[in-house]
Amino acid sequence: MKPEKSSSLGKDAWLRLRANRMAMVSLFILVAVGLLSLLGPMLSSHAYDEQNLDRIFENPNSTYLFGTDNLGRDLFARTTYGGRISLSVGLLATFVSLIIGVTYGMISGYAGGRVDAWMMRMVDVLYALPFIIFVILLMVMFGRNFLLLFLAIGAVEWLTMARITRAQTLNLKKAEFVEAARALGFSHTRILFRHLLPNLIGPIIIYATLTVPAVMLLEAVLSFLGLGVQAPMSSWGSLIKEGAEKMDAAPWLLLFPGSFFCLTLFSLNFLGDGLRDALDPKSSKD
Amino acid sequence: MSRLIFLRLLQAIPTLWVIATLTFFMTRFAPGGPFDSEKVIPEEIKIKLEAHFGLDRPLFEQYILYIQNLLRGDLGPSFKYPEWEVSELIATAFPVSLTLGVLSFIIALLIGIPGGMIAALRRNTWMDYLPMGLSMAGICLPTFVLGPLLIFVFSTQLALFPPLGWYGASDWVLPSLTLGLFYAAYIARLTRAGMLETLQQDYIRTARAKGASSWRILTKHAARGGLLPVVTFLGPAFAGLISGSFVIESIFFIPGLGKFFVTAAFNRDYTMVLGTVLFYATLIICLNLVVDLIQALLDPKARQAK
Amino acid sequence: MSKLHIKDLEVNFHTREGIVRAVDGINLSINPGEIVGLVGESGSGKSVTCNSILQLLPAPPARIESGTIEWSGKDLLLQGGSEMQGIRGKEISMIFQDPMSCLNPYIPILDQVAEPLIIHRLCHPLKAMEDAREMLEKVGVLRIAECPRAYPHEFSGGMRQRAMIAMALITKPSLLLADEPTTALDVTVQAKVLSILKDLCGSLGTSVLFVSHDLGLVAELADRVVVMYRGKVVEQNDTRTLFTHPAHPYVKALIACRPTLDISQDRLPTVEDFIDSKEEAPLNPTTISAPNPLSGQEALLEARDLIVEFKTDEGTVRAVDQVSLSIRRGTTHGLVGESGSGKTTLGRSLLNLIERNSGEIWLHGKRLPASGQNNDLGFRKSMQIIFQDPYASLNPRLTIEETLLEPMAVHRLGGSKTERVDRVVALLKEVGLGAEHLARYPHEFSGGQRQRICVARALTTEPDFIVCDECVSAMDVSVQAQVLNLLKSLQANRGLTYLFISHDLGVVKFMSDEISVMQAGRIVENGSANHIYNEPQTAYTRQLIDSIPAANRTSGFKG
Repeated sequence: MKPEKSSSLGKDAWLRLRANRMAMVSLFILVAVGLLSLLGPMLSSHAYDEQNLDRIFENPNSTYLFGTDNLGRDLFARTTYGGRISLSVGLLATFVSLIIGVTYGMISGYAGGRVDAWMMRMVDVLYALPFIIFVILLMVMFGRNFLLLFLAIGAVEWLTMARITRAQTLNLKKAEFVEAARALGFSHTRILFRHLLPNLIGPIIIYATLTVPAVMLLEAVLSFLGLGVQAPMSSWGSLIKEGAEKMDAAPWLLLFPGSFFCLTLFSLNFLGDGLRDALDPKSSKD
Repeated sequence: MSRLIFLRLLQAIPTLWVIATLTFFMTRFAPGGPFDSEKVIPEEIKIKLEAHFGLDRPLFEQYILYIQNLLRGDLGPSFKYPEWEVSELIATAFPVSLTLGVLSFIIALLIGIPGGMIAALRRNTWMDYLPMGLSMAGICLPTFVLGPLLIFVFSTQLALFPPLGWYGASDWVLPSLTLGLFYAAYIARLTRAGMLETLQQDYIRTARAKGASSWRILTKHAARGGLLPVVTFLGPAFAGLISGSFVIESIFFIPGLGKFFVTAAFNRDYTMVLGTVLFYATLIICLNLVVDLIQALLDPKARQAK
Repeated sequence: MSKLHIKDLEVNFHTREGIVRAVDGINLSINPGEIVGLVGESGSGKSVTCNSILQLLPAPPARIESGTIEWSGKDLLLQGGSEMQGIRGKEISMIFQDPMSCLNPYIPILDQVAEPLIIHRLCHPLKAMEDAREMLEKVGVLRIAECPRAYPHEFSGGMRQRAMIAMALITKPSLLLADEPTTALDVTVQAKVLSILKDLCGSLGTSVLFVSHDLGLVAELADRVVVMYRGKVVEQNDTRTLFTHPAHPYVKALIACRPTLDISQDRLPTVEDFIDSKEEAPLNPTTISAPNPLSGQEALLEARDLIVEFKTDEGTVRAVDQVSLSIRRGTTHGLVGESGSGKTTLGRSLLNLIERNSGEIWLHGKRLPASGQNNDLGFRKSMQIIFQDPYASLNPRLTIEETLLEPMAVHRLGGSKTERVDRVVALLKEVGLGAEHLARYPHEFSGGQRQRICVARALTTEPDFIVCDECVSAMDVSVQAQVLNLLKSLQANRGLTYLFISHDLGVVKFMSDEISVMQAGRIVENGSANHIYNEPQTAYTRQLIDSIPAANRTSGFKG
């Protein structure tokens, strides 16, 4: 049956995503966590770094929603502030890796031949080191710096994005509509941006959604090892580290930041899976 | 096949060379690096460094000396503890990490592969949702949250396993479980995805049309294709196990190479850090070669080397 | 030996968009030793019927609503898993369309052929391997003697299909289900595989259900023919009667709209001429009988000594080997060959879509620049191409309007945007679509409609020369007739020149004035369309013609 109104692929995908309950729940959770992180530090009556040595290790109560830590700081404020740091690192680093990776992969895949071979060889060489080692190396050499942190992470994640984009580009290049565009005399730029890129957006969105949790995990591990953000700034990673150390005295110090972190990762992954199902190209064929 | 091995080795050498050269130049020119003239270095270390690196000679000769040393396995003295050679430190610490890695890997495979297979076979039933839900939780529960939690439950409350150290076999349980479960989660998802995709293939329908039982289809026809994604994942998995070891060894106070590496990073022990990096790079390249071989064994089409 | 009896079978597919009635109450019998052809176009339900016999339908979307399939005193639809396992591969075997994807790439062919014997414990495993080897040699896979551990990807398509046949018949089943087994094969290979099938089944006494879209092919093989249309059986009869005295209008249409080799009309009859079909917008191009005023003697396109080489793992392959060509304005030049002949490569290199290693091409007397210069808009405007796969030929993210406007914008044709839109609407009408289709996306159209959009796109730059690269090969014969008629009428009205590439000799002959036959990169024969078929000069051309099923060669039936 052909519908009366035209339905673009984007609209079809959105409808399919809406029907996926887990994905919608995840989206809701993410929005909630995002809002809390944004507004939380302002809502709390205490600043995130405000120490109050009279009231250390307090259980959650009416003044301190999540309790306090070993220096009397409000855990609620610190957790939500940590959310700002962790989420912004996640989003910014993913954005950086997206720009670099997609451009690199698209050019490599479209050019093909020797250009592609050399570009990919560079990627393979860089792939040889586990990212953490590379980032630690950079941290050791160049000192600890918030900007450097997320640039380093983003610069390391672009490799996967490049590989995926290149694989998709290679596939698309073979499709007849690309050849038709060439036969019609369209320039390379036009083909890349009007014909290839819009058809790559699906997989790109999916992998971007799945890269954010990977990046956040990387940042958290670095903070856990003590190489990430410095006190008094807190990210979820550093909060978890402090919480793990003081767990015997006050388990909520681990539980609150830990749950926020895990919940966010969980939701991002489920959303990514949901997007993957919704954007499945197989369902658009007759 | 042997041609494939030969070609891969040939490809590995330039990669190693690039990494070695990069680290060389990084140490020489990074601001705040060990050779920064503004740095205040204790006299004894300075002497040792100059002897090892030939700092008074021109850059090109330093580079040759550096490569020569590398080929002999000489990574220089530790910056922080000059009585120790870096290679000695690595030799003591690595076997510990290796044990941890192997144990975790075995746990990951033993839990992940059957879990993923069951989920694929009983798709959209509780036998699918449960393992997949658990594996999703596993992926999202980082090791540095899971580890302390396990310590809390099994050591502090239940007093079943010791929380720290690496003395006896009972020390091995919690650390390997923490690391192993994390990778079991990934492997379970990959196995499920690979099996599902393989089970959709036309040749599975042909096997059914021949009268093959479900068990036969699973083991003889679907297993090879379905497990290929897991084999491809092995490369990154090894790398992950290595980096995972940093966190695990920190949490459980295990004297492995990961802990040494992190401590060295904190202490600005440049030679130790760089030596370890090179060691890891070599290790990963060798492991990737093994993975490629396994892939060639399983997939007849991959045996034709390019 | 048993008789198969399908009674009142109803199969529905429960999809997200609703319930699709794939098989709507059919009755069908196969007697022992009989070959029954099951013919229909896409969507007729023939494959679904075939797959339901062995319960091989994908169970969640498909559901067998009612009916029985009697075999050996049992109802096959009521059998459980282990009973079906006992029947599959032993009493009833099946072969499928695509031998590459249907054979396990990780297991050697010999093992796969021996497997049915092992599964059903019909003999000792070692003897099974022996029997498999014998069987493979019997069907003509002689390489198996020197390479017993060879894998499927090391064989050609025809060899793989022979192995499938060996695999299906090794247990000497009573019934063989064949689901479009030769559709993916070249016509010469197809002829050989069919004769093997017929001989083997004849000697074993195996009855066959042969599913195909090709009525002529089925006529060659079958004792009886059953024709399906939209889930129902519209006619069934013994082959000769069905062909000489078809009763149902759809069957009459199917027989009539095939381009056989002796056709002499300018226009193919279509299904619409016979029955009232509400599927696609009716297309009524005027019959072309007046001679084309623009056709002449001078050559529009000339090519000399073209060579195109590719580097593969095995070395350098010459896809086009010193080909020279001359196409007169306003005519259609047909290019016929099997897979690997180089015809597709030749077509694309004429358009500079593939780089040629040497040789020259002239269009309108002007020499084409060496390839690699994508932006030579002058030439690009005059030469266009229509591809085989209508699904992959349109950018899924653009509306039809955007797709058709873009070439005009790039070539700066047609003035203002409104003028361009008017032109686009006119083009759509010319190909049998309408203005209401402008805002839609490709996935909302059927294959035939998409191909018409591709034709419209090719016309946006007002070209003189169009390469039709297997552009009807992926279509049902009824849709094919419509598109071929469209192409012919466009040629008459606009004075177009075509290079028509296909592996289907009947189609090529219908479309072309002159024909070149290609084999292994070279042109082995050249001549006018009639000349080639009535007096073929080379052995290869003769072999090509002889491989066509008799019923597709001539429109009269000789049983």
